[in-house]
Amino acid sequence: MSTASYVLTDSMTMLRRQIKHMGRYASLTLMLIGMPVVFLLLFVYVFGGTLGDGLGGVTGGREAYLAYVVPGVLMMAVAASAQGTSIKVAMDMTEGIIDRFKTMSIARVSVLTGHVLASLIQIVLAIAVTLGVAVAIGYRPEANPAEWLGLLGVVVMIGFAITWLVVAAGVTAKSPETASNTPMPLLLLPFLGSAFVPTESMPGAMRWFAEYQPFTPWIEVGRGLLDGTGVDGLDLTLAVSWAVALAALGYTVARLKFNRAE
Amino acid sequence: MFDLGLLFALYPHTNRGTMNASGPPAIEARGLSKAYGENTVLDGIDITVPSGSVYALLGPNGAGKTTTVKILSTLIGADRGEARIGGCDVFGDADLVRTKIGVTGQFAAVDRLLTGRENLHLMGRLHHLPRTETARRAQDLLERFDLVDAAKRVPETYSGGMRRRLDIAMSLMGDPEVIFLDEPTTGLDPRSRRTMWTIIRELVSEGVTIFLTTQYLEEADELADLIAVLDGGRIIAEGTSEELKRLVPGGHVSLRLSRADQVETAARVLRAGSVDADQLTLQVPGDASVDSLRGLIDTLDRNAIAVDELTVHTPDLDDVFLALTGRPETPKENAR
Repeated sequence: MSTASYVLTDSMTMLRRQIKHMGRYASLTLMLIGMPVVFLLLFVYVFGGTLGDGLGGVTGGREAYLAYVVPGVLMMAVAASAQGTSIKVAMDMTEGIIDRFKTMSIARVSVLTGHVLASLIQIVLAIAVTLGVAVAIGYRPEANPAEWLGLLGVVVMIGFAITWLVVAAGVTAKSPETASNTPMPLLLLPFLGSAFVPTESMPGAMRWFAEYQPFTPWIEVGRGLLDGTGVDGLDLTLAVSWAVALAALGYTVARLKFNRAE
Repeated sequence: MFDLGLLFALYPHTNRGTMNASGPPAIEARGLSKAYGENTVLDGIDITVPSGSVYALLGPNGAGKTTTVKILSTLIGADRGEARIGGCDVFGDADLVRTKIGVTGQFAAVDRLLTGRENLHLMGRLHHLPRTETARRAQDLLERFDLVDAAKRVPETYSGGMRRRLDIAMSLMGDPEVIFLDEPTTGLDPRSRRTMWTIIRELVSEGVTIFLTTQYLEEADELADLIAVLDGGRIIAEGTSEELKRLVPGGHVSLRLSRADQVETAARVLRAGSVDADQLTLQVPGDASVDSLRGLIDTLDRNAIAVDELTVHTPDLDDVFLALTGRPETPKENAR
């Protein structure tokens, strides 16, 4: 029997393993959910009053900024969860049990897909909690049911891409410490995009970078869906292209490194 | 320094003691070589393990034991050579080989965050066993390896011996034909070591083939049908423990006398091998049998020699290496 036919079964087994890990390692799980919430509160209550005025809307102030910043913070939630996954993968790679898995007649990639699926669950959880807190402090999204569904799809797509990328980082890392540093750019990129301020306010070269780097189209698609204002065609194309490209890169590198690691 | 004739008689070994003459050997390797850059780890080793027997690879740290286990258990490839497990090509048909083997590595290959029972269930699911069969096997193994009380706890709370037992139990969930044990008792206390030996003997009595690595001659002696001595990536001797011991003249009795003026007499009447007059110690070649000890003590009594301390020294890995290579066991980099 070819091991390829066990990809699904083995992946679900490994997902169960990871979900148990999430429970046993609750401090990390909670921290990854708490981080975007802290960012949300920080940006709304510390910077929000001033930044909201700069948005140039009718009302301005904290309320307007809350409406602007939520999609950006959701992307931060995805990036933060991904960082956690990178650490978890790297920690896993240092364990003797990985060698045991490799000597078993299983679909090898399931060790990684287990991490990816668990990461997606962690991401959706973090997004749900962050959205809940946002609504609790006065955020009122305008999305209709179809747009909510679209948002879930976009989040899963982006989460999938970023997760494969950080799984590759985790497999490649020499230690969990390295693995926690490698995804740092992912946490920085939303700042160099449209997460916290519109890209129009940025100077030339930076604005160009901000508009085409993956996070800005991802954030803008999310923003369009949440605000119910519709999604720009170019943003959607860029968002999907980036996701597909990064997922393919991450998947390829992760599998290669995992099979080669001795 | 060592008897070349006897060494060649032992190595390369010819299929002696085959327990299952009909089928292919459980493990068969020819000319396995592995190098990392300039550093040659294995330099063309041949291994034949008859089905249902215990084979011990004996050697110091850095001899290439773990590398051998990793190659035979499909974890890494070899640069040269061929290997078969139960007739299946390790390099060409790794997936099939993996259905036949269980591996317990040097570092506990257990999931630290899962309980003992969850670890076993994880293995059962990965072997694609039916749910009830997984639960049944897990319960059996927990009982057999005295882990029932620990089943609900995570391995971090286990002792070294318990963790090793869980490790072996996990290897057994798939009902393997061949089990690789990489230094199964290193770091264990004497009692846990005994328990591990009992476990290994039970496995063999059920017909499982065992390939184990060890640094301890005593362990290889206790367990193995065939022992191969690995040094610097080469097998320098192979045979039964009796055959190996014949190569090793390291057994002796150490005496520390009470009186300096008796050292010379004692050395003469006991035909001592080496004498340290300052420390009042002498070494008498011989084994640890009751008869030879009785003879020794009789001689001491007859000559009224007062003895402070008597220790029996059985041959250890150091003696094997001294006998086979003419030098004490040393790390590989200093060896050449």
